Amino acid sequence: MQKELEQQMAKKKTIRTIPQDRTPVREQAPAERVRNFTEVNLGYSLAEAKREAERCLLCAEPKCIAGCPVGIDIPGFIDKLNTKDLRGAYDVIARTNLLPAVCGRVCPQENQCEGVCVVGETLESVAIGRLERFVGDLAIEKGWVNVPYSEPNGFKVGIVGSGPAGMACAADMAKAGCDVTVFEAFHQPGGVLRYGIPDFRLPNSVIDAEIANLEKLGVKFQNNTLVGRLFTIEQMIDELGFHTVFIGTGAGYPTMLGIPGDSLNGVLSANELLTRCNLMRAKEFPDFDTPLPIGRRVAVIGSGNTAMDATRVCRRLGAEKVYCVYRRTQAESPARAEELHHAMQEGVEFHWLTAPVEVLDDGNGAVRGMRCVRMELGEPDASGRRRPVPVPGSEHEFECDMVVYAIGTNANPIIGQTSRLQLNKWGYISANDELETSISGVFAGGDIVTGAATVIEAMGAGRRAAVAMKAFLGLREPAAAPVLAPQTPALFGIDRRERNFVRVRAG
Amino acid sequence: MSEFEIVAREDFSDVTYMLEIRHPLMAKAARPGQFVIAMLNEHSERIPLTIADFDRDKGTITLVIQAVGKSTREMQQECRVGTSLYGLVGPMGMPSEIGHAKKAICVGGGLGVAPIYPQARALKESGAYVIGIVGFRNKDLVFWDEKFRAVCDEFIVCTDDGSAGIKGFVTDGIRLALEKHDDIDEAIAIGPPVMMKAAAEATRPRKIRTMVSLNPVMVDGTGMCGGCRVNVGDKVKFACVDGPDFDGHLVDFDDLMTRLRRYKEVEKTAAERWSENCRMGQVREVVRPGAN
Repeated sequence: MQKELEQQMAKKKTIRTIPQDRTPVREQAPAERVRNFTEVNLGYSLAEAKREAERCLLCAEPKCIAGCPVGIDIPGFIDKLNTKDLRGAYDVIARTNLLPAVCGRVCPQENQCEGVCVVGETLESVAIGRLERFVGDLAIEKGWVNVPYSEPNGFKVGIVGSGPAGMACAADMAKAGCDVTVFEAFHQPGGVLRYGIPDFRLPNSVIDAEIANLEKLGVKFQNNTLVGRLFTIEQMIDELGFHTVFIGTGAGYPTMLGIPGDSLNGVLSANELLTRCNLMRAKEFPDFDTPLPIGRRVAVIGSGNTAMDATRVCRRLGAEKVYCVYRRTQAESPARAEELHHAMQEGVEFHWLTAPVEVLDDGNGAVRGMRCVRMELGEPDASGRRRPVPVPGSEHEFECDMVVYAIGTNANPIIGQTSRLQLNKWGYISANDELETSISGVFAGGDIVTGAATVIEAMGAGRRAAVAMKAFLGLREPAAAPVLAPQTPALFGIDRRERNFVRVRAG
Repeated sequence: MSEFEIVAREDFSDVTYMLEIRHPLMAKAARPGQFVIAMLNEHSERIPLTIADFDRDKGTITLVIQAVGKSTREMQQECRVGTSLYGLVGPMGMPSEIGHAKKAICVGGGLGVAPIYPQARALKESGAYVIGIVGFRNKDLVFWDEKFRAVCDEFIVCTDDGSAGIKGFVTDGIRLALEKHDDIDEAIAIGPPVMMKAAAEATRPRKIRTMVSLNPVMVDGTGMCGGCRVNVGDKVKFACVDGPDFDGHLVDFDDLMTRLRRYKEVEKTAAERWSENCRMGQVREVVRPGAN
């Protein structure tokens, strides 16, 4: 009787019956973590994940799936967690997302799946990202990987760039039986996951595990290879025997402010700061040779995720004061809510509605401060955000000895310089809806097509391109079974589309 | 066989050494003016080095390196024939435009002597009259004398102490060449910034197009870090993808020289610490995994 009642309750899960509060996740204490590079968010335990999984209403028409750029069956995997089928949960995610341990950590879930979660209309939304990470970490720990059997089909696929777009495309093409090689200019694969996102947000061990999974699918990684200069895209098709090529080289070209003092020593792009620290391991200098002397007071310009990473890296490298200087307000800040929150906890000082107009020379070619103006928000601009306008007479000096620009990036120019691919006026590669470029058989996706976006959007683009690449190669897409032609009247009881029949005389 | 194997090495002096590295694809792709980024081992910096020569038949590229800091001194010690580099990527940067110059001077000083060689050879192959001008501190440091003479119609060696060729700097050599020829229509200068600046000043009055190859601090070499930004004619350029060749009459050399001092302090510390460890016999075991 009791059991039946419970079952009924389970069926009729409502907003009232689920655990009301979002399950908190354990984190390293701010005072401690600013002295190390180990991960801040410690992830859910099994018990915590189960409790949080119960909060999902398993909606009949789930909005979260539509909110996910790769369309993960979110209620599907959470339901598996509810029934303690952990491997099953992984299998559901792995059908659409190759990198759950990465995406669970770096996706801006509040703008995607969690942003449309029905629970979130009344309570705090289900912590889908944390659950995804739980499953992803468990898969790494247990060594789960779903390698489907696929007959090699003899097609050679070249992928340019080993970031999220390239990885996602490589996985799908390898699963289809293609011989896939990923080319990376750096000495280690992973792209922005490796050079951009710091260890305390995405540990290297997670990237290594995800790359190892790709290798299990048969994907080959070739580092130290600058496509465009070592060989061109055209040569890949014409001489190197690739049947189709995917370009996912990202938007890594940093923007400088273009104000006086830009070229002073002590002014650097967030890309340079993060690459030195993450990929080149300047944080372990002098055991690693790449230096990154940090200022006492660092001003990071911008308030996106990259800016948050930069501020928090500077704190860990020993800067006494780290300021985030942004010309709009916290409400317009493009960073993930969690990153802003973490930066604040770690003592980063925020200066909203402030914009530098000059970086000041200390007399030796280094930085002694900035001249800033205060801003106020005016009419909405093209992006829909209120345009910041300077307040007259508000110029003031801002003391700091290092300035980091995290104000966005542009298209990497190398592929454009070295091929006849058509680019748009901003230098991004032009591609149609199927992500095919102006050269037949060459596809492109991710930031190099759309401009700077997110890891999961790049992965989504890599997967969409893979669909088109398979069609280009004439490979059957299991998910897209051909639509049957309208029924035609049968002939002697045999479907007309069935052609290989012979008439036999009966009797 | 591991990747990036060192197949030949020659020491030109106590501080200058040449490495020939097997990389058939790069030997095929390389053009004069381009550079590579090399890493000795997993712990190393990424060091940009101009490609001094390439041999398409042998499938090798040649680097000439001056041991000036920790990384280049470590390479001097570790790089033997048969060993391999951990990383080597390139060719990077825009190839030099070998135009339609009829008479050109190719100026190389210090680090720039080796990379000026392929430029001189390319100009010679394009049919130009080539005047090579190279500068060294003294006779003992002179290298590639024969190689240069083979591709130059005139060749001027300048040494600070006069122990070989003429006594003086490369600017003295440039002056000699300008006095002798009034129809020089192109100059290429590669070397320390102060030398390139002086060379550009020497040709400015005659308005001879003077290309220089810039060597700012860089990390990735693919346009990603912006560390190599230079001011050229009031525009900000990235040496790695927009260069490394620029019009010497437009380059802000003072800005470049200031920016090159960026990591001077830490570099000094690193070099001192390294020499200290060498003396103590505590050089870190070099981790050198094979090809990935």
